[in-house]
Amino acid sequence: MSKALKIVVLAKQVPDTRNVGKDAMTPEGTVNRAALPAIFNPEDLNALEAALSMKDRVTGSTVYVLTMGPQRAADIIRDAMFRGADGGYLLSGREFAGSDTLATSYALSCALKKINPDVIVAGRQAIDGDTAQVGPQVAEKLGLPQVTYAEQIVEIKEDVLTIKRRLEHGVEVVECPIPAVVTVNASAAECRPRNAKRVMTYKFAMAKSEIAADSETMAAQRAAAKPALQIVEWAAADVDPDPMQLGLSGSPTKVKKIENVVFQAKEAKKLTAADEDINSLMVELIASHTLG
Amino acid sequence: MNNIFVYVELENGKVADVSLELLTKGRELADTLNVKLEAVVIGLNVQGLDKELAKYGADTVWVADDVIFAPFRTLPHTAVMCGLIEQEQPQIVLFGATCIGRDFAPRVSSALHSGLTADCTQLEIGGHKDPKTGKEYTDLLYQIRPAFGGNIIATIVNPDHRPQMATVREGVMRKELASTSATGEVKTIEWQKFVKDTDLAVKIIDRQIEERKIDIKGAGIIVAGGYGMGSKENFKLLHELADVLGAEVGASRAAVDAGFTEHARQVGQTGVTVRPKLYIACGISGQIQHTAGMDQSAMVISINTDPEAPINKIADYAITGDVNEVIPKMIKYYKQNSK
Repeated sequence: MSKALKIVVLAKQVPDTRNVGKDAMTPEGTVNRAALPAIFNPEDLNALEAALSMKDRVTGSTVYVLTMGPQRAADIIRDAMFRGADGGYLLSGREFAGSDTLATSYALSCALKKINPDVIVAGRQAIDGDTAQVGPQVAEKLGLPQVTYAEQIVEIKEDVLTIKRRLEHGVEVVECPIPAVVTVNASAAECRPRNAKRVMTYKFAMAKSEIAADSETMAAQRAAAKPALQIVEWAAADVDPDPMQLGLSGSPTKVKKIENVVFQAKEAKKLTAADEDINSLMVELIASHTLG
Repeated sequence: MNNIFVYVELENGKVADVSLELLTKGRELADTLNVKLEAVVIGLNVQGLDKELAKYGADTVWVADDVIFAPFRTLPHTAVMCGLIEQEQPQIVLFGATCIGRDFAPRVSSALHSGLTADCTQLEIGGHKDPKTGKEYTDLLYQIRPAFGGNIIATIVNPDHRPQMATVREGVMRKELASTSATGEVKTIEWQKFVKDTDLAVKIIDRQIEERKIDIKGAGIIVAGGYGMGSKENFKLLHELADVLGAEVGASRAAVDAGFTEHARQVGQTGVTVRPKLYIACGISGQIQHTAGMDQSAMVISINTDPEAPINKIADYAITGDVNEVIPKMIKYYKQNSK
């Protein structure tokens, strides 16, 4: 059995790109991003479950969520608290805008140095970018070992995690000393549901800027009076960063061009089994990046 | 200096297809830039691979050969790659977007503070003008990839940081022998300079190759078969098409009930609900019980002998014809037209 663990889950609020149904399309055939709901990144929920299961097994452990984003990203911290997290940290500010994965990792690593956790757990990747880079990049910035594609934390012994990884063609079991960064696959256990009692308590949890924005309300006054209901909110200056490594200036990658993928208007195009028809269909699908 | 690196991934001592595909693309980029193509092999008992790599265009084959490098572990491979990149200063480094490449390429980029673009579908060389400063750049690597769930295509550049790094998924680029075989000069990496004891902290205690889990929920492309496929044997055709397209195989309830395939593949009210970017419905009539599970697909292609099949009402493309004739043609023309 291990000593109590301080566990931090890296999570992101993302637009629900999986649900780009035909109703989220503009008449021009492009995605209407505003029509997409903001959700808890799915694999970050798997990561939260992995963290909560460690908390269940090691007495006295705590689970906190760290997210970088706008004020409304506090929603996913509250959601995590409903499901069992002890609290959260919201890293928010203009300085972070335009961050690529490297600048994001740098900002998160600055915050993590302040929190100093034993285990950092993150989802494998976020559905709006699908890069799977932030977890490993954070690990490198902190000089910690990493275990990616985790499916199950098999065992927690004194300062060593035994972890089952799901790879393309099989599974691998590794032993990793902590502190460490673990990224969790969608194939891992699903997150436990919200607990009704916790919802009643923590729906009043608020970040500093939320309390300030609504300071007249009872809810804000209650949150202001009770530390357990306060979501820690940090601006860039609170995590002692090198400002040049934040946001756009800290991002080596630049977006040169964005093309919207245009989807077909409704009305089936009729084709036959003739070679010309199938050939031109394949050419069209490759050109539109639907295939390949 | 300023050459192109390709990290060579090994599967049971053999060079992975994705690495040969990257060498083919790397050769093309190296010729455009008039630089050398260098392969980096980190593993155990890797002598002799240089001849194969040369055939795919590698001018140089860098080798680190030791028991600590196999099976793959993040930290030793990261240390060697970072050390070699700092020593040789390549301008471009390419990795396969595999479990291995996606595990350690981000780590390398983080250590070197250089940009990395994941899962590129095209790589090209071109110029760039910074819209703010007006500064002009030549010969940058255009890293082109879908983003936002495949709803946009982004072109990414790394103007000021080197190396420019990208990962590419298996099967996306074409694999082709170089027109003239390169020299494949073997150079030994002095890896002992780069690897520290602490890089060996993670221990692999068990490895098992298992049957891949069926995951049609997460698939970007689904090739689904119905009762109209006719037999279990014909279902193999669907798997062939799925393999070529990087898709998963789904099925209607009628096909599962007929014993053509397993229940885990069933789409619909009593199966799973899917929302892939492309759904190819083969010999599926399109009963509501089935369409309820797939009608939010971004694009639907139906193949059916009956032009009035209900599935055609929600299809973007309706092919009237026999699946046994159409599917082999799709495979043929996809291969012919894809790079």
